[in-house]
Amino acid sequence: MPESPSNLAIEVSHLVKTYAGVTAVNDISFTVPRGEIIGFLGPNGAGKSTTMRILTGYLPATSGHVSICGFPVATETDEVKRRVGYMPENNPLPDDMRVSEYLYFRGRLKEVPRRKLGSRIDEVLELCDLKRVRHKIIGKLSKGFRQRVGIAESVLSEPPVIIMDEPTIGLDPHQILIVRDLIASLRGRMTVLISSHILPEIEMTCDRVLIINQGRIVAQGTPTELRREVLGQSAYEIEAAGPLGDLQFLLGAIDPGLSVASEGPIDALGFRTIKLKTVNDEDVGEAILRACLSEGLRVRALSRAHPTLEDVFLAATRRSWDAVAGEARGGRNS
Amino acid sequence: MLLVSPSTYIAAFSFMGLMGFIFTTILEEYSKSQLAVPPASAFFAVYFIPVMFMVPLLTMKCLAEERRLGTIETLLTTPVTTTEVVLGKFAAAYLLYISFWASTGGLFYILKRFAGDARLIDPGPIVGGYLFIAVSGLFFIAIGVFTSSLSRNQAVAGILCVTALVAVILGSQYLGSAAWLESESMAPLKSAVNYAQISVHEQDFSRGVVDMREVLFYVSGTVLALIFSILSVEAKLLHS
Repeated sequence: MPESPSNLAIEVSHLVKTYAGVTAVNDISFTVPRGEIIGFLGPNGAGKSTTMRILTGYLPATSGHVSICGFPVATETDEVKRRVGYMPENNPLPDDMRVSEYLYFRGRLKEVPRRKLGSRIDEVLELCDLKRVRHKIIGKLSKGFRQRVGIAESVLSEPPVIIMDEPTIGLDPHQILIVRDLIASLRGRMTVLISSHILPEIEMTCDRVLIINQGRIVAQGTPTELRREVLGQSAYEIEAAGPLGDLQFLLGAIDPGLSVASEGPIDALGFRTIKLKTVNDEDVGEAILRACLSEGLRVRALSRAHPTLEDVFLAATRRSWDAVAGEARGGRNS
Repeated sequence: MLLVSPSTYIAAFSFMGLMGFIFTTILEEYSKSQLAVPPASAFFAVYFIPVMFMVPLLTMKCLAEERRLGTIETLLTTPVTTTEVVLGKFAAAYLLYISFWASTGGLFYILKRFAGDARLIDPGPIVGGYLFIAVSGLFFIAIGVFTSSLSRNQAVAGILCVTALVAVILGSQYLGSAAWLESESMAPLKSAVNYAQISVHEQDFSRGVVDMREVLFYVSGTVLALIFSILSVEAKLLHS
């Protein structure tokens, strides 16, 4: 079987999917190299699940090109299905089967040879901490166990690409930790594409993040890159007492982009919170502190604010909504 | 899965109960008066009673439940095609249906063992009857699979299946005796209706007449119903 010479696990170019006149996915392009863990972020209805379903070959695309490990999904669907482990949204499972029976059935469907299947099932049960419930009926398992059965099933045939739609939904923090470790343990061996609403989750496990809104990719990159690109600034917070005076001028001398963003109310001890922002990425904390002291301000605290992925996500989705709204307005005017 | 699930045994038990009841009723008729046809013929002549309640029950779940639970999504993202899924569902339901009918062979065995009257056990109608059940079962089960692919609600699928079976079995009988088909201009339609008389086929098989045209009727009907099932599953994917 000819393997693709390229090192890309997932290639998507100009993917479009419309349902009955509604565009769910609008001209998405991205690539994922082998062995990378990539997070798919977006508000509800952004087109995450649709994109994932197209990647697995379950839904046909309206236009565009998708290939998995070099095999185009549209023409070599069978080859693609052999290489993808997929866990759909809400993790549907048959309620009347036992865990081991289900895994055996799925293993046979996925063409795992009978001789290897027994030991492979033991391995995934161990990996997902499911040994205790292997003889239980799936319909009677708790949500956390069901979720892990779904994950065990998706890694069962050791596919090079794993696609999971919201794998941590409905799990408690302890189980989330287990799932996160599980996904992290796949790094390097398998390419993993996960979607989630839980942002810290994505930030901790994923090498790269794609933010998608209204069927378009609005931002992509590592969490650090995204912070810089989307927010485009770093922020400092000072708690100080005393007259502000020429602070603005002094700050300008440190870094021309540095300015006071907001001033809080003065509290009982005479301190107030001053927020500063700059487009510069270097750490100028020490210089700010020195400027404040030379101005005669009493400084109680100085910190550099670390924007979370949540801020990035909100900023990116807001930006894309603004863009869409602007387009719509422009369209109407012309 | 089919053999470890309790529902299989409940279904088999109730099926046997019903068939036993029908069989006993027929034998009681025979004990009162000597009838012209052997009991096996009379037994297979009421084939439509078990067909109309067993076929929908066996098949209504097969595709409807996959779609309702969403497991069709995990199923179709493995290296199997829609055709394989539909054929697999069909084969499972058909084998179960046939094994249920095979279990009624026990009734004839008991009769043979205790009746001691060779006239009651005529192997011809028995073999012919089972052959009819096997051949017509293909078509009935395929109809069931098709109706199951139409809805994600099992009850709706079941009702559709009963309706379709009534239309196929009793509808053709009704049309066969309809007066307005007798006129000259309706002759081609009349011959088509006559060709599709399932109860007439049953009588032919019971008499030991295996007409290839009749077999072809069921086989082509099966193929058509299965093709429609496959198309239906795929169409639902496209418009999901």
